[in-house]
Amino acid sequence: MSITRDQIEKVALLARLELSPEEAEKLTSQIAAIVDYVDQLGELDTDQVEPLAHPLDTSNVLAADEVQPSLSREDALRNAPRHDGEYYLVPPVLGE
Amino acid sequence: MSQPYTTIIGLEVHVQLATASKLFCRCSTTFGAPPNTHTCPVCIGMPGALPVMNRRALELAMKTAVALNCDIPRFTKWDRKQYYYPDLPKGYQISQYDLPMSQDGFLAIEDPKGEFEPKRVGIIRAHLEEDAGKSMHDEAAGTADSQIDLNRTGTPLLEIVSQPDLRSPLEAKTFLTELRLLLTYLNVSDCNMQEGSLRVDANVNLHIDTDAGQVATPIVEVKNMNSFRAVERALAYEAERQYEVWQETGQKLGDVPKQTRGWDDADGVTRGQRHKEESSDYRYFPDPDLVPVVFSPEEVDRVRAALGELPAVLRERLAREYDITPYDADVLVNQGRGVVDYFVRVAERSGDGKQASNWVQRDVLRAMKEQSVSIDALPITPDSLAELIRAAGQGKLDSSRARDVFAQMLSERQSMDEAVAALGIAQVDESELVALCRELLAANPQIVEDIKQGKTKAAGALVGQAKKQNPNVNPARVMELCVELAGQM
Amino acid sequence: MTMALVDLTAREHLARLTAGELTSVELTTAYLDQIERYDESVGSFLHVPRDQVLERAAQVDHRRQRGETIGALGGLPVAVKDVLCTRDMPTTCGSRMLEHFQSPYDASVVERLLAADAVILGKTNMDEFAMGSSTENSAFGPTRNPWALDRTPGGSSGGAATCIAARMAPLSIGTDTGGSIRQPAGLCGVVGLKPTYGRVSRYGLVAFASSFDQVGPITRDVADAALMLETLAGHDPRDSTSIERPVPAYSQSVERPLTGLRLGIVKEHYGPGLDGQVEQAVRAAIDVYRKLGAEVREVSIPHGRYGVATYYVIAPSEASSNLARYDGAHYGYRTDQAEMTAALSRERAGLEAAGDTAAADALDAPLVRMYRRTRAEGFGPEVKRRIMLGTYALSAGYYDAYYLKAAKVRRLIRQDYEQAFQQVDLIAGPVTPSPAFKLGELVDDPLSMYLLDLYTVSANLAGIPAISLPCGLTDDGLPIGLQLQAPHFEEERLLRGAHMYQHETDWHTRKPPLL
Repeated sequence: MSITRDQIEKVALLARLELSPEEAEKLTSQIAAIVDYVDQLGELDTDQVEPLAHPLDTSNVLAADEVQPSLSREDALRNAPRHDGEYYLVPPVLGE
Repeated sequence: MSQPYTTIIGLEVHVQLATASKLFCRCSTTFGAPPNTHTCPVCIGMPGALPVMNRRALELAMKTAVALNCDIPRFTKWDRKQYYYPDLPKGYQISQYDLPMSQDGFLAIEDPKGEFEPKRVGIIRAHLEEDAGKSMHDEAAGTADSQIDLNRTGTPLLEIVSQPDLRSPLEAKTFLTELRLLLTYLNVSDCNMQEGSLRVDANVNLHIDTDAGQVATPIVEVKNMNSFRAVERALAYEAERQYEVWQETGQKLGDVPKQTRGWDDADGVTRGQRHKEESSDYRYFPDPDLVPVVFSPEEVDRVRAALGELPAVLRERLAREYDITPYDADVLVNQGRGVVDYFVRVAERSGDGKQASNWVQRDVLRAMKEQSVSIDALPITPDSLAELIRAAGQGKLDSSRARDVFAQMLSERQSMDEAVAALGIAQVDESELVALCRELLAANPQIVEDIKQGKTKAAGALVGQAKKQNPNVNPARVMELCVELAGQM
Repeated sequence: MTMALVDLTAREHLARLTAGELTSVELTTAYLDQIERYDESVGSFLHVPRDQVLERAAQVDHRRQRGETIGALGGLPVAVKDVLCTRDMPTTCGSRMLEHFQSPYDASVVERLLAADAVILGKTNMDEFAMGSSTENSAFGPTRNPWALDRTPGGSSGGAATCIAARMAPLSIGTDTGGSIRQPAGLCGVVGLKPTYGRVSRYGLVAFASSFDQVGPITRDVADAALMLETLAGHDPRDSTSIERPVPAYSQSVERPLTGLRLGIVKEHYGPGLDGQVEQAVRAAIDVYRKLGAEVREVSIPHGRYGVATYYVIAPSEASSNLARYDGAHYGYRTDQAEMTAALSRERAGLEAAGDTAAADALDAPLVRMYRRTRAEGFGPEVKRRIMLGTYALSAGYYDAYYLKAAKVRRLIRQDYEQAFQQVDLIAGPVTPSPAFKLGELVDDPLSMYLLDLYTVSANLAGIPAISLPCGLTDDGLPIGLQLQAPHFEEERLLRGAHMYQHETDWHTRKPPLL
């Protein structure tokens, strides 16, 4: 399965990356090469195999519902690129 | 049905579970805190922070799923639903995708006025997920920065998805009312719509009968409905709108992509919301930071056994055991567990279910409303009310005096005896009463004449006069005596 | 030539500290001086707050002098990879995105180090967000191999490995997602251990690929690694994938040889692509085990050849998700917003003036533009490449063919190891197919770079522990590493087995010519 430049542009939007035309061009060929390599997985018959999401089989890890102290607002906002002392500020969500 | 179509409705309900801390961190879930004061590295999605599932949230979700008659699979897992939005700081929401914690249940609904046939509404699934934060936008210009508050981020939600089994806005509203009641009985959520503890989205379309057979219109998702009344109105509007659009365009299901419309409560209309196509590719995959949960059948049985009596069963039992009508049982049960417990106690102690039901429905509910207090905070205990009902039943108090006593007990926080004393209510001596009646009959010969001719109701006119002279007299006894004494005259 | 203080092992330092022959300030100063002398050419560290470090060392000394109980690493300097959160040092992950980020909390392993009275020496350089095999992907410049400064030290824990090789720290901690501890350790002639997944807490380890990432020690010899692991390992209720299981006293048992050792060699390892000198050194190492009485058996990991393909689907998929949070909204880098907004208005005006309203409508909303530009400017090429690859592998229509398929093959690989470990106690083999390569040699050939992970990714896919230890030098004087792998939670066996080899050989005592 080969990857097209158009697909790369779509994936870039999904991934919220802005690509220059040169970057898009380069990524198209690099990712195509990697995907071609990865396609060898298709050789294996895995119909009867359960996927593995965790390398160890554990389950039911649960914590007690007990409130613990939160960060101070100052600490929470300290790393924010923009804030007004109360809220994080981001460019208008609804703007066109 | 007057319309040439059937409305097909499925609901998606998000319920905030009543935990003290969030789903994956131990920040408080208390509503209304100052912005960004209930957050930590986990719910801000800071680098390196990891989620740990809240046990209580899982228990509440399980309880709900079992009460909704759902199957609880042995194995469930957590998935990431990925999209970018500033109220979702990790860039993904932890939710459940292909293996939800419950599926295939139902909720039975019935209209006490019989406007639709009783039915079971299928529940496709109920799954746990985390809530997002809140964004506040500059609505006017859309040019100023949006403000983000992450206090709500990570609050546990149960998403309950119904089958498209609902056939009218009334059925949808009834389903929601019954669901809210169930959740309240289970103590899994406060279901406060104003605070966002219960949110409803609806999927709606029409099946239209035409000469060429049945036609389905495109499905529309309706959002922004902030009360059950709004749901009912929005769905009614949307059905009409879809019928009109169909008449104009003939568009059928599959002709256009699924549309999302927002309900404008002030204008009473739904409006299309613009969505970019790519936003629907959520790239779900299993969250590697959280391990699966495995339920044993014994655990599920234990949860089922501990559910307690749910509304549908309770309605039947109240009607049967306390000799009240199904309608009255419905009213009582719909008031919630607290009122039902109050009623049961009053009925048991007074030995009169009907009177207990009347008093609770009429006086107790009004008192709660007027004083805006919960049943637990009402100054009149169920035992005091039972005492009052007994006194009235024994003729010690007439019904209007009993209500005066109730009002006195309520406002002055007095016991029945104190209230009776404070109101100067005393038992009237029989000889005193006979004397009073004689006096009144003597002064009203016309009434005596009427009574003698068999118009015993004429004695009623004397009751008011008797009460004027002595407010403690029992009107029924005054009537009896007057008829008796007039006969002797 | 007398042996310098910095040539001693951590255990030797500890003995002197405990005996009162050496203070932590003296020791720490020796390493800080070493950093001043060599780090300009090597580039191991991103951050060394000299005064703060010495103050901490003085505190430990003071407490020891007062006779207080001191922790297991009392007064030993430890270098920490910059992917682990620290409250009082920056945590950049080698990325512009987090250049000015200050974590409000310490990673669990950092808490453990502090509780053991270690002195955190500084934060070490790495491939951006731990993605890479050369430490060239750091936004703050590459790290160089002390054995040959024109070569890479491997990666992503390049700083963590080189600071041990160049005697700039006695102990260091790295992280390993597909080989990021073992590969640089192998290429730099030091010891690197990747524990069993879940053995060490990931809380505060900035995630690259959550189902692979593990923290582990990089040290001069195996016994030091045992000492270090003892402090790092253990259950953490803040990490759901951390396993509740007692931690053996690794440092007590490490010197006890394994008896009746059955050592596995994987027949698929010795094929084309494996450098001749590397193969020779690894075979010679296996002969050492034979001489020690081990029974060497051939085993098969039939799906091992799919390891790199499997890894480069799942790890980027997880990474694309883990790195979504770096969007300029709540912390970290954000593009110049005023400039961005102005540019967007200009574009819109231009399109509208040209009458192209469709194109004007299709422009990104300001928020979307902010996200895209922030990420374009904040991430380097390798990180973008993996985000793109992972986003693609999870996207509608490709999930089944890529993510799901790879997750199934991952199970097959784990099963291969389970079967192999029925027959042998440890598996031995190469760490890398070839010795350290030149800086810049592979930057534009990502696939070739990925293929270097052939021998290391399997342990991460299966979640098993593995160690890399020096076993030779090439004709050009470049280190060669031997890898040992063990079943889940058999770190003790792994360390004892590795120590047996070091007891017979002296590769781990060799110094880079730079020193």
